[in-house]
This record gives sequence, C-alpha cells and structure tokens, in this order.
Amino acid sequence: MLSNVLYIDLETGEHNIRDRSDLFDKYIGGTGVATQLLLEECPPGTDPLSPEAPVIFSIGPLSAIFPCVSKVVAMFKSPLTGELGESHAGGRLAMAMRFAGYGSIVIKGRSPKPSYLSIHDDEVKCKDATSIWNVSSVEVIGKILRDVEPGKGRRSILRIGEAGVKGVSYANVNVDTYRHFGRLGLGAVLGSKNLKAMVISGTEEVELPDMEAYKGMYKKLYEAVVDTEVMNKYHDLGTAANINVLNQLKGLPTKNLKQSSFENAESLSGEYFADNLLLRKIACSNCPIGCIHIAMLKTPFHKGHEFEVNHISYDYELIYSLGTNLGITLAEDVLRLIDRCERYGLDVMSLGGVLAWATEAYERDLIIPPDTLGIAPRWGDTDTYLKIIDRIVKMPNKFYEIMAKGTAAAAAEYGGEDFAITLGKLEIAGYHTGPASIVGQLVGVRHSHLDNGGYSIDQKAASSQLTEEQMVDKLIYEDYGRNINNSLVACLFARGVYSEDNIVEALASVGINKTKEELTSIGREIFLAKYQFKKQAGFDLGDVKVPARFFETISQLGSIKEETITNMIKLYRDKTGV
Amino acid sequence: MPSRIKVANPNRCIGCYSCMLACSRTNADSVSLIDSAIDIRTSGGIESGLQIIVCRSCIDPPCARACPTGALTPRNGGGVVLKKELCDSCKVCADACLPRAIHFDREDMPVNCIHCGTCARFCSHDVLELIKTEVL
Repeated sequence: MLSNVLYIDLETGEHNIRDRSDLFDKYIGGTGVATQLLLEECPPGTDPLSPEAPVIFSIGPLSAIFPCVSKVVAMFKSPLTGELGESHAGGRLAMAMRFAGYGSIVIKGRSPKPSYLSIHDDEVKCKDATSIWNVSSVEVIGKILRDVEPGKGRRSILRIGEAGVKGVSYANVNVDTYRHFGRLGLGAVLGSKNLKAMVISGTEEVELPDMEAYKGMYKKLYEAVVDTEVMNKYHDLGTAANINVLNQLKGLPTKNLKQSSFENAESLSGEYFADNLLLRKIACSNCPIGCIHIAMLKTPFHKGHEFEVNHISYDYELIYSLGTNLGITLAEDVLRLIDRCERYGLDVMSLGGVLAWATEAYERDLIIPPDTLGIAPRWGDTDTYLKIIDRIVKMPNKFYEIMAKGTAAAAAEYGGEDFAITLGKLEIAGYHTGPASIVGQLVGVRHSHLDNGGYSIDQKAASSQLTEEQMVDKLIYEDYGRNINNSLVACLFARGVYSEDNIVEALASVGINKTKEELTSIGREIFLAKYQFKKQAGFDLGDVKVPARFFETISQLGSIKEETITNMIKLYRDKTGV
Repeated sequence: MPSRIKVANPNRCIGCYSCMLACSRTNADSVSLIDSAIDIRTSGGIESGLQIIVCRSCIDPPCARACPTGALTPRNGGGVVLKKELCDSCKVCADACLPRAIHFDREDMPVNCIHCGTCARFCSHDVLELIKTEVL
C-alpha cells in the first residue's frame, strides 16, 4: 500500500517517484524507513548544511487512517550536534502526505534561488520564493502562501523563519502555525538549501483490503482514545499541568537548574494559563484529543486602548525553558518570549537553554559587556531576554554567532561547561527527576526525553525501588519499542492506546501481518541502525560527559551520584552493544 | 420520525476530521476526505478557526429545485435524496447551495448528506448533533 517515495532535487528542480516496498515491508514506515533512507543518502563526512545533505519526511501505513496516528518524522544530519537529526511534528502534514500518496519525501540539493515546494497530489513544483525569503514572521509566510496555492482548507504548510534563513543551529520548521519540527536544527538545514517553505495537499483515497476489519478496528481505537484518561490528561490542562506537579516533586529545572523547584511556579502553572490565558484548543488532523493549547496575549501598544493580540501555542517544555529556567515570574512574559521565538522560527527549548547558560555565565564574568554588546542578562528580565533573542538571530558579533550555535558550543568557547545543561550537546528537557532521565537523554537516539521516557522511569522508581539495572532495562525496552510507535508514526501521547497488541491488530486490519516478536526485533534493528549513523558521525557513548550541575542540584529522587550515571551507561552499553 | 444533522456548537470544533473519516468510511466504504458529505476546513489558516460545511436540511432545497434531471429530490425531514442513475454531473446543484454543502467525488457524482448521524457519533466535542424533525 504505502510505499512511494518522492525524491526531489532542488538543484535542478526535478523529481521522481520510486516504489520502495523493500523498505516499507521491512521497516514499516516512519522512523524505520527514514533511518534507512538517511543511511542511503547521507554518507559519513557529509556536512549537515551542504547541498548533499538530505532531508527526509516519512509517515507510516496507519497514518491518517487511525486516530492519533498523526505525526511525521523528519530525519537529517543535525547542525546542532553534528550527528543524527530526528524530529517529529503533528499538524496536518501526515494527512496531507497520506492523501497525496507519499510514504516519504527525500529532498536534496541546493536551489540556485530562494524557493518553495508546491506538492499537490502528483503535481510537484519547485517555485520561486525570492519575495518571501526575507519575510521574518513564519505566520505571515503562511498567510501569503495560502493565497497563492491550491488545496485550501486541509493542506499543510511548512516554513522556516529568519532563524532558519540565517542558519541558527537550532532553528526549527513551523508546521501549520502551531506545530513544529523542533530541536535539532532542521530549519537551518532547509535554509542552507534555499528552501523557505513547502505546501502539500492530497485528494487520493487509501485502498484497504478489508473495509469491515478496518471499520471494527477504527471504532475500537477511537473509543479507547476518547474514553480513557488519555483524553482528559492532554486535553484539559495539557502538558502544562506538569509545572505544579514537577515543582512539588523537586524535578522542575529552575534558573539554569540551580534549583529544582521555583518559588513562583504557581503563577506559571498550567492552571494559571488555562484560567487566565487559554483561548481555545485544537487538534492535529485525525486526533480527537485536541491537546494544542492556544493562549491569547493582549498587549497594549498605545494610549486609547490600542491592543496587539497574539495567539500563541504553549506546552510544558516551553514554560520550563522560557519560564522557570530563566526565573520569569509572569505567564504573560513567558508568552512574549515564546512569541518572539515563534516569529523567528527558533527552537524554544534550545534557545531557553542558551539564555539560561548566558545568564549564569554573565553572573560569573565568563562573558562580559563587550561580548554582549552592553546587554546584561538577569534572571526574570524579559525585556533583556527579548533583546538577546533578536541578536542571536541577527548575529552582530562573534559572541552572538556562537550563541546561535547552541549552549555546548558557547560553553566550549567561553567556559562554564559545568553548568551548560546539555546532554549529547542538546539542551535538556524540563525534568530533573533522577538518573533515568539523565541517562535516557544521553543514550537516546535523538537525545530527547521522548526517546525512552526516562523521567517516567524515575517517577516509577520514586514509588517502588528500582535498581540501576532495572532502570536501564526499562530504558532499553522503551528505546526499542518506541521505534515501532515512531514507525507508524503514532503520537506518543496515545502510546497507552497503541500497545503492542493493538499495533499488531491494527496492522493486521489493513493487511500487514507482523507478530509482536517481529515488531520487537524490528524496533531493535531500527535503534541499532540509528546508532550506526551516530557512530559514523562521531558520536561515542563511551565519551559522553554529564555537567556537574546535574549532581549539585537535588532531584525528585534526591541527589544524583556521578557513579550511578557511569554504571548505568556501562550497563546500557553492555546490554545493547552500542 | 426522520432525523437531521445539526451543527449545534460550531465553535467547539478542534479540527480533528474524525467526522469526515467516519462519513466516508461508513457511507462510501473509503478512506478519504473527498468522499465525506461533511466538510471541515480552515479558512485563513488554523489560527482563524474552522468552517463546518454540511447539508442544512432545507425543507425546500434549492439544490433539488436547480437539478434539471430530477436526480435530487426533497427528503422527508429536510435535505435531499440522490438518484445516481439520473445524475449527469452538471453540477448546477452545487452552485445553488449557499453553504456549498454539495461537492463531487472522483466519478463526479454529488456527495450529499443522508443525515445518518455517523459524523455526530465520532465527534468528541459535541459540535454535531443528530436531532429528530417533524414529518411533513
């Protein structure tokens, strides 16, 4: 069924479609297929920002046809870490790719002029984007393209902002205004290809072998999603509910993780946002949960009740990164900072990490006014942070150029590596829960807390004692298993519904027969293939460092010992062979 | 008593498209968006809210009045009944409907709402309701 790969060469503007059943049969779709395509298209030594570097988007055989199978995997080589780049986004892209008939899209080359891709069913065009290349707001770019492109109503529009154009190493790609390919710098990769945007829509029908089996399975999964607590948890307060929870547990990184709880957490809580700022909630295509929380920020800009109104999506990680971790005390100020990042197309989590490191480095005189051009970062000072964000994108001097390369690069240049709170060169997620969270992000293929949910293993360890080995076993189980969810590509918020049994049954209902054992083995194989890419790019798990800050600040599970982390990594390597 | 679909709470829509997939799955045996009689779409991007386009079950339907071949006739309880064998795909009906609730499938046949209520059953946010109507 789903096996077409669309190959686009931006250099020539030409494209071709190849049937890659060989990959889809063996690796299902999504991350499994994208990993193989990355290994094929991105040989060792490829510069992430060179024309040769590929960008791969993939969906899976259940995309758009079962509830919550709503995400797209992007794979590339990361300009931030120099190794595996993998990012997932929701919005309408998965549905648009599915009904346009593409399992994967592989983009290579560099367009001679600024361009955007227009993909509507089998009509694929590389069009001139000169007139929008310097439009800095990603929201405005969406508005402009909506007027000139077909597919109105259900198309998906990807675009990069000024951060991507200028090559900030953690520039993201905006998907349908409120979702993103974040984290590892896909925006800079698209910028290096002179690719400003991509519009995609489709009208095809998906053919299935047994409609009755499909209908029965759809109903079962839909009811599971709608009737379980999954829906409440993510729809009600959304992920922002975690602010109060983690604050009480002492797992909330605050002021560059000098603290793990925040005296002002209540004013940044999910409850505060929902009661005072939440405007509405929306969903990714094909997901009845609707976890996308949109806040309305009304800012007076002139006398006489003149207001600027912005609609801004928020989540837990954003409030941690640009809120607690910077000592910001007002939810409205967090929204102002998020909004600025959104406009430029910057990854909020990495940018927040950079600002937190810079604030502490400034306190310690590692960076001084001539570096910052006279700007003095201070905890809680939103206006100053806004000025710094502007300069990171504009890069007026060497200091800001290095800030645009991320926290690890900045600390390597100016010092302060002990408090540069990155793991695997990626700014951490907002969980100082214990050793499983740290090890999980270090070993995770994309150094994301979602690779294996280490924070959740710490939370289990808080209620029932787990040995180091038991925690490592759980991490490995998730590392393998989530590669199957991510090959579908089902949203991880619905991972309770997409259990192994339900995945086997859902695949069978559309004519794909895989046993649980086969899936486990495929999950492991995908994991190892990713590590092959990581190793080729120079990543060595035997060589990773954990900044001292993680051991200095008390976590949910008490203070963490360096020895524990060292032991767990050794166990992990022995058991997985990576 | 016949029933009809009512867009009860349009501003509660989250844009998940579950209703559209339910309609095409149930009434056209297909997995698609174009075979759905109900049409959810954004207008001006997701930031500008959602439009819910569905048959408003007119008692004196202008689409049926416009139909030159008699393929569309008024349905008891509102809306229309389609006789495919009479339709010659002239598409005059589509223009007669102000909400633009009639569109066409791959064979250029009108896709019209039969007011079965499947979409409402798969709406998790009470946007759609199936209500009883008076028999005329």
